[in-house]
Amino acid sequence: MRIEARNIVFGYTKGKKVLDGVSLAIEAGARAALVGPSGCGKSTLSQILAGALKPESGEVLFAGKPLPGRGFCPVQLIRQHPEKAVNPRWKLGRTLAEAWSPDDGFLAAMGIEKAWLDRYPAELSGGELQRFCIARALAPETRFIIADEMSTMLDVITQAQLWELLLRAASSRGLGILAVTHSERLAAHVSTRVIDFGALG
Amino acid sequence: MKRLNRRAAAAVGSAVMLVLVLAVYIGGAMIPDAALQADFSRRGLAPSAAHLFGTDFLGRDMFARTVKGLSLSLAVGAAASGMSAVIALVIGVAAAMGRNAVDHAANWFVDLFMSVPHTVLIILISIALARGAAGMMVGVALTHWTGLARVIRGEVLQIRAQQYITASRGFGKGPLWIARRHILPHVAPQFLIGLVLLFPHAIMHESGLTFLGFGLPPEQPAIGIILSESMKYISSGMVWLAVFPGLSLAALVLLIDRLGNTARRLFEPREAQL
Repeated sequence: MRIEARNIVFGYTKGKKVLDGVSLAIEAGARAALVGPSGCGKSTLSQILAGALKPESGEVLFAGKPLPGRGFCPVQLIRQHPEKAVNPRWKLGRTLAEAWSPDDGFLAAMGIEKAWLDRYPAELSGGELQRFCIARALAPETRFIIADEMSTMLDVITQAQLWELLLRAASSRGLGILAVTHSERLAAHVSTRVIDFGALG
Repeated sequence: MKRLNRRAAAAVGSAVMLVLVLAVYIGGAMIPDAALQADFSRRGLAPSAAHLFGTDFLGRDMFARTVKGLSLSLAVGAAASGMSAVIALVIGVAAAMGRNAVDHAANWFVDLFMSVPHTVLIILISIALARGAAGMMVGVALTHWTGLARVIRGEVLQIRAQQYITASRGFGKGPLWIARRHILPHVAPQFLIGLVLLFPHAIMHESGLTFLGFGLPPEQPAIGIILSESMKYISSGMVWLAVFPGLSLAALVLLIDRLGNTARRLFEPREAQL
């Protein structure tokens, strides 16, 4: 399903706009990448596209309609820091179950060992935690995934593994993907269309 | 014996202190009325093996009266600090989760209650509620929630902005679900410790107010009553009437304060630098 942002305006402090009239559209099932230098507003736009932040003006349309105000959001965001995206007081089995209940086959495909479900986030590495965040975002209701610098803090081998997992899952289910990154090489590698943030508005 | 690490030592210490506090409470509740009766054959005896804290001008055993009084203080203190902590939780969470107007109103109330000297306020509330135990408990409860409410508000504000809360919302979880599963477990330790640390305050206010004549009625063997009665007899040399009950009260208050601080180190090792 097509995701579209129209004339998004957003600022964290009054009178200082991070996004000023940004528009963008990505077709259903497409693999796009959003590229721009650090601090330009990519993460802010990602959060707005996933409904995690409300824009000051402008709208986000998914399949022609605004994102639902309640219920499972079909646009899921995978963040840069997995250790911040999970409750440190919860074992990972519970964190996963908060989104959905995947079967053993899916966990194996995501490279998640069953023993990890019984651990706390502090007991896993960043790459292992990020697998949980990816698995959690791939719930059956999800139609579109925004991966906001999801592999930036990981080593090259883990980066490649995680992208491989995500791209395989996405293509088998026809999910759209927006890879947000400052690395043009990664963007070229994982997407078929590279969007330059600076050209957006 | 193997040396305990600091965490285990804190756990053992808390348990011992808790047992001591409970012993005072249960001991006081178990003292038969007969032990508190006047007996003119033993008026004004100095402390001895038979009467550890001596006897007063009516021949009542001061040790029995002191334990009974402390037990009463514990009951009143528990009720008052419990009420106070619940008020703090409700207002703190409401301020952090509600709209701006709710937050402003809550902060305004906190400032208002903090700006009035609370002994005066407790006396006024206590008188307005016809004095007695209930008036005093409400008085203490209404004046002591402010600090804890601020702490809880801060905690909730901080956790509310966490990414995993936003993620939870994206998975279709409602505000009540998030409050119950994510936020309350996070503030529970602060709440419990705040409650325990309010306890000694409540006891001191109860005793202080009762001493001044605004608290519990004179027929109750409260520490405040014991201390204020003793004033008349100190000049005649019966210092034990004031010294032992006073020291016992101080010891109990210190004990609970220490218990709260030790428990904090157990629950929040990083913040309390254990």
